[in-house]
Amino acid sequence: MLRYTIKRLVLGVLTVWFIATATFFGMHAVPGDPLSSDKSTTAQIRANLEAKYGLDKPLLTQYAIYLKNISQGDFGISFTQENRQVNDIIKEHFPISAILGILAIVFAALGGILWGALTALYRNRWPDSVIMFLVILGISVPSFVIAAISQLFLVNINALAGTTILPVGGWGTVWHMIVPAMVLGLSTMAYLTRLMRSSMLEIVNTDYVRTAQSKGLPKTRIFSRHQLRNAILPVVTVLGPAIAGITTGGFVVEIVFAIPGLGRYFVEAIQQLDYTVIMGTTVFYGAFLVFMVILVDLLYGWIDPRVRISP
Amino acid sequence: MSDTSWQPSPGDFAIAPQHQTADVITRPSMSYWQDAWRRLKENKRALFSLYLIIGLVMFTVAGPYLWNIDPSAQDLDQIGMAPGAERNVTVAPAYTPWYGPEDSLTYAQDNRLGLTLVGVATSQAVRLAWQAPQKGQTNYGYKIYRTLFALNDGDAFGLPLMETQNEYFEDRLDLQPTDYYYTVVALDRHGLETDQTSTIQLTVMRVITLLEAEKRGLTEDGLVKEGDQIKLALHPFGTDYLGRDMLARLIYGGQVSLFIGIFAPLLYVLLGVIYGSIAGFMGGAVDQLMMRFADFAVALPFLLFMILLKVIFGIGPGESGVLPMLVAMVILLWPAPARLVRGQILQIREEGYVSASKLLGAKTDYLVFRHMIPNTMGVILVTITFQVPSAIFTEAFLSFIGMGVAPPTPSWGSMCNDGIKSMLTRPHELFFPALFISITVLAFNLLGDGLRDALDARMRNRE
Amino acid sequence: MSRQLGLYFVLAIVFVAGLLFVLNQLAGIMSTATQQAQAVDFTNNSISAVLREEPPQLDSSKATDSTSGLVLGHIMEGLLRMDLQDRLGPAIAERWEVTPTHATFWLRDDAKWSDGEPITAADFIFAWQLALKPETGSEYASLLYSIENAEAINSGKLAASELGVSAPNPQTLVVKLARPIAFFDKLVVFPTFLPIREDFYNATQGRFGSDAEELLYSGPYVIKRWVHSSNLLLERNPHYWDSSRGKLAQINFAYITSDATATLNFFKDERIALARLQAENLTEALRLKWPIRRFADGTVFYLEFNHRDDRVSRNLNFRKAIQHSLDMEELVYKVTKLPGYLPGKSLFPEWLIGVEKSLREEYPARTVSVDAVKARAYLALAKEELGLTEFPEITLLTSDNPVSNVQSEWLQEVLKQTLGLTIKIDKQIFKQRLAKMSSGDFGLLLGGWGPDYNDPLTFGDLFASWNLNNRGRYNSAKMDAFIATAQNAVETKDRMMAFGDIQQQLFDDVVILPMYERGVTYVVHPQLKGVKRRVIGAETDYTYAYIDPDA
Repeated sequence: MLRYTIKRLVLGVLTVWFIATATFFGMHAVPGDPLSSDKSTTAQIRANLEAKYGLDKPLLTQYAIYLKNISQGDFGISFTQENRQVNDIIKEHFPISAILGILAIVFAALGGILWGALTALYRNRWPDSVIMFLVILGISVPSFVIAAISQLFLVNINALAGTTILPVGGWGTVWHMIVPAMVLGLSTMAYLTRLMRSSMLEIVNTDYVRTAQSKGLPKTRIFSRHQLRNAILPVVTVLGPAIAGITTGGFVVEIVFAIPGLGRYFVEAIQQLDYTVIMGTTVFYGAFLVFMVILVDLLYGWIDPRVRISP
Repeated sequence: MSDTSWQPSPGDFAIAPQHQTADVITRPSMSYWQDAWRRLKENKRALFSLYLIIGLVMFTVAGPYLWNIDPSAQDLDQIGMAPGAERNVTVAPAYTPWYGPEDSLTYAQDNRLGLTLVGVATSQAVRLAWQAPQKGQTNYGYKIYRTLFALNDGDAFGLPLMETQNEYFEDRLDLQPTDYYYTVVALDRHGLETDQTSTIQLTVMRVITLLEAEKRGLTEDGLVKEGDQIKLALHPFGTDYLGRDMLARLIYGGQVSLFIGIFAPLLYVLLGVIYGSIAGFMGGAVDQLMMRFADFAVALPFLLFMILLKVIFGIGPGESGVLPMLVAMVILLWPAPARLVRGQILQIREEGYVSASKLLGAKTDYLVFRHMIPNTMGVILVTITFQVPSAIFTEAFLSFIGMGVAPPTPSWGSMCNDGIKSMLTRPHELFFPALFISITVLAFNLLGDGLRDALDARMRNRE
Repeated sequence: MSRQLGLYFVLAIVFVAGLLFVLNQLAGIMSTATQQAQAVDFTNNSISAVLREEPPQLDSSKATDSTSGLVLGHIMEGLLRMDLQDRLGPAIAERWEVTPTHATFWLRDDAKWSDGEPITAADFIFAWQLALKPETGSEYASLLYSIENAEAINSGKLAASELGVSAPNPQTLVVKLARPIAFFDKLVVFPTFLPIREDFYNATQGRFGSDAEELLYSGPYVIKRWVHSSNLLLERNPHYWDSSRGKLAQINFAYITSDATATLNFFKDERIALARLQAENLTEALRLKWPIRRFADGTVFYLEFNHRDDRVSRNLNFRKAIQHSLDMEELVYKVTKLPGYLPGKSLFPEWLIGVEKSLREEYPARTVSVDAVKARAYLALAKEELGLTEFPEITLLTSDNPVSNVQSEWLQEVLKQTLGLTIKIDKQIFKQRLAKMSSGDFGLLLGGWGPDYNDPLTFGDLFASWNLNNRGRYNSAKMDAFIATAQNAVETKDRMMAFGDIQQQLFDDVVILPMYERGVTYVVHPQLKGVKRRVIGAETDYTYAYIDPDA
């Protein structure tokens, strides 16, 4: 197991390097000028700005300098928020996105497993139909609509109750997190519900379950020992990238609920061609994703013993 | 032991006659696919959803010929109309600027500012005049407000329209055929509001000029003159924020959304399935390498590469980049299904029937395509059906930031984007595109369910 | 089976509760909580508001955007400021004098920094030199060019110490002008002219303006806490000299978001005291009977033509065709639907002062009425003159906010219906749009301009051939001559006449097509009084605001 983990970690670093390189050259290939602004500047001022950010050097040199810097953990200074280090930006805002994301995933995973199992058990009876209807609703309504509606809903219940039940936005306590996390995790929860249902239905028909049934094992034992464990596998596979995806995809939720997360920064950085922030967040997210995937693979191996044996 | 044992006789050894009907085949042998198709047809819900999808496609393809309205034509007199809204309009003379009331005007007698309506209140202009509270009093200016709701004591007056030194005002802002309450407030020397106010209630009449009516084809050949009532264009699903017909936009929007929503997931899930099954089946170093590449692809910033692809394809500004969008989604979104399928394959690989098959001498591709993939169908189908709305919304987001369809081309997702702003006051702008997306998603889900049931090899022998 | 599920359910709830608790502690530690922001708090004499974006730059020598300007307007003060009646008045300078060669400012002796040290002339000298140093990269350095040697310093030809400013004593600032400029006093209100103290600046080692501790405050408020992208808390500056300003003890910018609907929700929930209204939620605001206010924010929006040699829009008749097709009243009254928007008639907005009355009253702008027949006639003429059989597709460059989206779609359709032109809408996000504007990669441009200082020249010099903000590269010797007069003439009436000429030239040559003058509609909490909205300077000024609990 240890050798496997080390091998994965080494490969992970290599992957991150590829990500950084592709993003670097991709970013420079996009038309547009990171230094342009509303008020046009004289040539001299322009030259000064370019020198300051090292944009006057040839591309490969810039790349080499950049690699050197990130190997030392220095992601540079933001182009748009001058005098602010990208490291500081990531340090301050990523944990917020991460917390939100973790909570969203927990809701999504727990909910998904629960609802999925329910629909499989009560297949074609009323819980199945109700849950499936909600699932369809959950994924066919765009996230910004759900976010806007839920915020409006909060405003109205606060108004009805005459006092604040849940905050309608902002950040700071766990109460600020609950609704945004639920909104964020909703579509993943819907997807996981379906996945869970699908794999559980398959398993119900497998031979080993029938064997267990004919052996006379109690249904609960079959459920937890056999069905659940095997049905969860696809869910686990999806979780890794889902975590990374949710933390980056929090953009809409962060804007509507005024949450100072990294997702907002990321999208705005791309729009404004803030090179350092783009590179910094991409490399960081890339590393985070790779790490999550490794973690999930190890988890997978633990759940399904058959996989462990394979190299 | 009693003697009831059977005693053979030579006749028992005679050759048995051939039974012609010994080997009746009760039903024809079917291949896997034929069987699946048959089962699908029996599944009522799946069949229904199949028809629904075909219906939607027909809607978008045949729609333009049946409902022949330009989706970008702006009907500025019916902005944001809900379906079934009243369409009557009176023909009126063209607008001419107004410079104040005649001297002969009789003002309202309310012992205050005497706010009076001059002429008829139409959607072209509402003309108001009033008088200084006392003759000869210095006029420091007035402020005019307007609201849609009846005013009670102490209520705020509503929308501040204008501050003026004149004792008349012409309102032309967004006049709808409804009741309005105007209030004029006298100001003091510091520019602050005094309690000298006057309120008036009036109903605006919708009008259109003869020229406009003729231009839009609403008149029946010169039979219409001023003062007549005619009907404005019919919009069965209402209009949007620029007065464009919702039905036409839904039809054309569906073309884009369905195209992306169906083909993109199909393509990238297909790609992912092939990639993932190869990786899962091969295992070992090949698997590791392939999966690391997948990680790399997933971590690339989607938006950035969307922009790049648009540039590479040479899509100019203001043009719809539907093809680059499709390519970008396929290139960047295949890793997720690949991972999923790989996971499933890893599981299935260890199943008994696989080793049995191998022992029987089955080749790799036979194993992969005939055994493993059909058994992962459930997961694959769920993924495809869930990627459909995701693709539609990704397209909406991209169109929103200018990377997708360019105005005035609509798409269901971008119509949702636009509709959300006026969600509270004009819900139909959001409701209809969202409804269509929901129907599409529902249909695909039911179909996916049915397909999974039909294709599930294990259910093959159980009826 | 259900017992099993039930157990699972309970376990899940326990797990989630525990997780929530842990996360709560984490969130509380790492970023100081928003607290439960309250719109208006009389006991603590504080209010809460929203910022539309994170201020990118609080270093006054470099600030360019309106959010930074808003915050700076509360935490800093310069030589002069605009008072409640929008007149130029004393601030740190008690009195001042502008002659054709010099501008002299006499500073008060009780103006102090937030650390108690007195604000002296040297602080202004340092700040202005800093803004002009090429390595600072200040984009507004050009505003200082009227000072002797300023332009040379900014081009790197002279050292910063050569700047034509001196301080004969700590309370007197003498500015040597490079050329006579009668409105120099109106310029110094701009943030680039704010003072910066040299020793503090050097001590921050390049991080000046990036955090609450990296700033020294000269205005009525200091930044007590700045959690980036989350909230900004202002508190009264105990060392500030003017007791008539800074009545509120605290101003809490509790949310930073650009989403208009979310902002309105915060207002409904009584979390913030002021929110902007969009056209779509006007009805809601009316139904809830909120007090609605309106103010003209001073900006003018216009359709800019590309006058370069390779564009069809270089032809005058083409521009006249478009001029006669677009009804700006329809745009404002039917399409945009926000009160406070005035249909555009001129580059110069209504609020600019001329000699005695407003500039537009003294020099009324000429307009044309929309006439489709005339428009087509002009287009036919243009086609002939340009030698074209068909008009090519024309790109309309615009930004991607909801208002300009609607306007560009309207424009596209009208020009198609009236003139048969195919317009492609090029919706670019910020940086790309700026790059295209500068390189001239557009046919038509939805542009606008906000005033930097309170003199018509801030709009008037836009279409000088040397002005980089003249994106269409309109080049006319006549226009340049008018602008030169407007810049250099000493008599106000001569300058105003020059502006009248500029306005006429803009109309005759259809250099641009004025679309509208923007107004902002907003709601304020009924107990909050004294909020000043400004055209120049901090867009929303809370420094004179106070709470009236009986309202």
